[in-house]
Amino acid sequence: MIWLTWRQFRPQAIAAACALAAVAIVLIATRPGLSADYTAAGLSACHAHCATAASIFLDRVGNFDKFLDFAGVLLIIVAPALMGLFWGAPLIAREVADGTHRIAWNQSVTRTRWTIVKLGLVGLAAIATAGLLSLIVTWWTSPIDAASLAGGSAQAATGGNGVHVTFNGFAEARLDPVIFDARGVAPLGYAALAFALGVTAGVLLRRTLPAMAVTLVAFVAIQVLMPNFIRPYLLPPSHATVPLSIQNGIHVNTNAGSGLSEIQLTGSFAKPGTWVLSQAFYTGRRVDPYVIVTSSGPELVMAPQACIPTPGSSGINPADCQSALAALHLRESVIYQPASRFWPLQWIETGIYLLLAAGLGWVCVWQIRRKRTP
Amino acid sequence: MTNAIEARALGKRYGRRWALADCTLTIPAGHVAGLVGPNGAGKTTLISLATGMLAPTTGTVEVLGGRPAAGPGQLARVGYVAQDTPTYAGLSVADHLRLGAHLNPRWDAAMARARIEQLGLDPKQKAGKLSGGQRAQLALTVALAKRPELLILDEPIASLDPAARREFLQVLMNATAEQELSVVMSSHQVSDLERVSDYLVVLVASRVRIEGEVDGLLATHHLLTGPRRDAASLTASQQVITESHTGRQSTFLVRTSEAVIDPAWTVDPVSLEDLIVAYMGHASTESAEIRMLEVKR
Repeated sequence: MIWLTWRQFRPQAIAAACALAAVAIVLIATRPGLSADYTAAGLSACHAHCATAASIFLDRVGNFDKFLDFAGVLLIIVAPALMGLFWGAPLIAREVADGTHRIAWNQSVTRTRWTIVKLGLVGLAAIATAGLLSLIVTWWTSPIDAASLAGGSAQAATGGNGVHVTFNGFAEARLDPVIFDARGVAPLGYAALAFALGVTAGVLLRRTLPAMAVTLVAFVAIQVLMPNFIRPYLLPPSHATVPLSIQNGIHVNTNAGSGLSEIQLTGSFAKPGTWVLSQAFYTGRRVDPYVIVTSSGPELVMAPQACIPTPGSSGINPADCQSALAALHLRESVIYQPASRFWPLQWIETGIYLLLAAGLGWVCVWQIRRKRTP
Repeated sequence: MTNAIEARALGKRYGRRWALADCTLTIPAGHVAGLVGPNGAGKTTLISLATGMLAPTTGTVEVLGGRPAAGPGQLARVGYVAQDTPTYAGLSVADHLRLGAHLNPRWDAAMARARIEQLGLDPKQKAGKLSGGQRAQLALTVALAKRPELLILDEPIASLDPAARREFLQVLMNATAEQELSVVMSSHQVSDLERVSDYLVVLVASRVRIEGEVDGLLATHHLLTGPRRDAASLTASQQVITESHTGRQSTFLVRTSEAVIDPAWTVDPVSLEDLIVAYMGHASTESAEIRMLEVKR
C-alpha cells in the first residue's frame, strides 16, 4: 500500500520538492547579504535600546529583499491551500471518479487500511512541506523580525505612536495576524487541516472539481475566522490602563490663524511585539462641556478652552493647555496579548488544527467503511 | 462444497428505487457460472454487493462462505474485474503488476509476466494508452495473478469488439482450466456465455428465473411441436415455459425430467440461447398475465 501511495503521489512529490528547492536556493543565496547588513547596522552586538540600529538596518533592506520578505509570507499562507486543493481533494475523489477504487479495493488490502495509508502518507508529506517552508522562511526573515521587535520597543520609549514598525505594508511583528500565520509551527497545522478538508470534501462529493471549490471556500473561511474571532481568546488576554499626558500619547496641533485646535489621542501603551486587541480612551471626571471625549475614537474634535488659541493671538499658553488636559485624567485602556504569548499561541493553534484534521481523517475512514461507493 | 455466492433476501435501495430487491440465489463453487438477465435486472448491483463494493440494505450475501471484503484474507480469495475494466491511466503495465505484487500475499509474479508477454503488451506502456481490449486483458491479468479461488467478472466484454472478446474469453477459459478457479460472470451477451459457462443463472427483476448446470438444463428442456392443442392438456410433469400457436400447430418449450412419450410430438433439443431468451421472455409474459388478471378483477 505504501508503494502504491508513493507511486501515485510521485509526480506531485517531485513538483513540490522542485518548488521547495527553488525557494531554498533563492533564500539561501540572498540571506548572507541580509545578515551582513544586520551586523553592519550594529544590531548583532546590540542588546538594549537598539531602536536606532534597527531603523538603520530596516532602511538598508533592499527592494528585492523586501519583495522576498513579502513573497515568503504570501507563499506560506497560500501553500497549505494549494496542497489541500491539489493533493487533498483529488486523493480519493479522483479514484472514485475514474473507477480505479474498484481495483484498489479488490486487492488483498482492506479499504480502511487503503484510506489510512493514503491519508497518512500524503498528509505527512503536506505537513513536512509546510514545515520546511516555514523553517526556511522563518530563518531568512529572522533579522527583520528581530529588528522590528527592537524598533518597536525603542519607539515606545520615545513616545512614538506605533507598537510595531510598519515594514513592507504590514506590521512586522510575530503576533500580528498576517505574520503569525507565516511563522513558527502554525503552517504545519494549516497544511494538515487544508489537506484533510480536501480529502473529506472529495470523499463526500466524489468529484474532484466541486471538492476543490468546497475546500478553498472552507479553508479561507477558517483562516479568516481564526485570527479574528478565536485566536485572541485562546489564552486570556491581558488588560492595561495607562494614563495619558501631553508628553505621552496626546498630540496637540494648534492653528493660531483659525483659532482651532485639534487634539489627537494616540495612546502611550506600547510594548514590543504585543498584539493589541482593543484600544479605548476614557476620562475619569466631568469635563468642560466644550470638550468631547469619546471612548469610541482616539480623536478629540474639540479641545479644552486653554488649548484653543484666541484668534489673532500669538498662540496658547502650553502650560495652561497641559494642566487643562491633565485635569481631564485621560487614560487609555488596552486589551492585548503580550509578545511572550507567541509560542504558546502557536502551539495551541497548531494543536487545534491537527486535532481538526485528525477528526476529518476519521470521518473519511468512517465514510469509506460504511457507505461504500459503487 | 461451499457456494461461490449465496444471497438471502438480498436488497439494495438507492433513495426510493430498489436496484435489487429480495434476491435469493445460490451459485455453487467449481463452475464457470453465467449470470444473465435484461438490463436493470440487478446483475451489477448483485455483483457489487458480492464484492463488497456496496453494503446491502436488506438481507445477506456470502461469498465462499464469508462476508464480502470482510478482511485481507477474504479479499485475497476473490478476484474482481469491474465493468469497463478500470486501470490506473497514469501507471504503466509493469506498475500494475508491481501494484498487484505489493498488495497481494499470493501474487504469482511469474504468471503475470508470462501473460503480459503472451498478450504482447509493452510493460512500459501507460495503461491510459492501451486499447479497450488490452485494458480488459490487463485487468484480468491482475485479477488472475492474485490467485483467487473465485473470479467475479461484471460485463467484462460488453465494450469489446468481437475479436477482442473472443481473445478475452479464451484467456479466461485457459486460466480457469489451469487454476481450478470458480468464475461468476455477468453478461447479456448470451452467445459469449454459451461458449464458456457450465452453470447458468437467469435473473429478471431481482428474481432468479432459473438456475442450474447447463448440461442439466439442456437435458430437461425440450421443444415440442405438434397439432394445435391447449397447454392445459399437457402432462403435469411438463412445465410450460413458452408456448406459441398457429392455426393448426402448437409449439411448447417445456421443462420436464421425464422422457416425452406422446407420439404426437416432434421433440427437438433447445440451445442455451433459446433457453435464456425463453426465460427472460417468460417473465415478461407472466407479469403481463398478472396485469390482465388484475384488470379483470
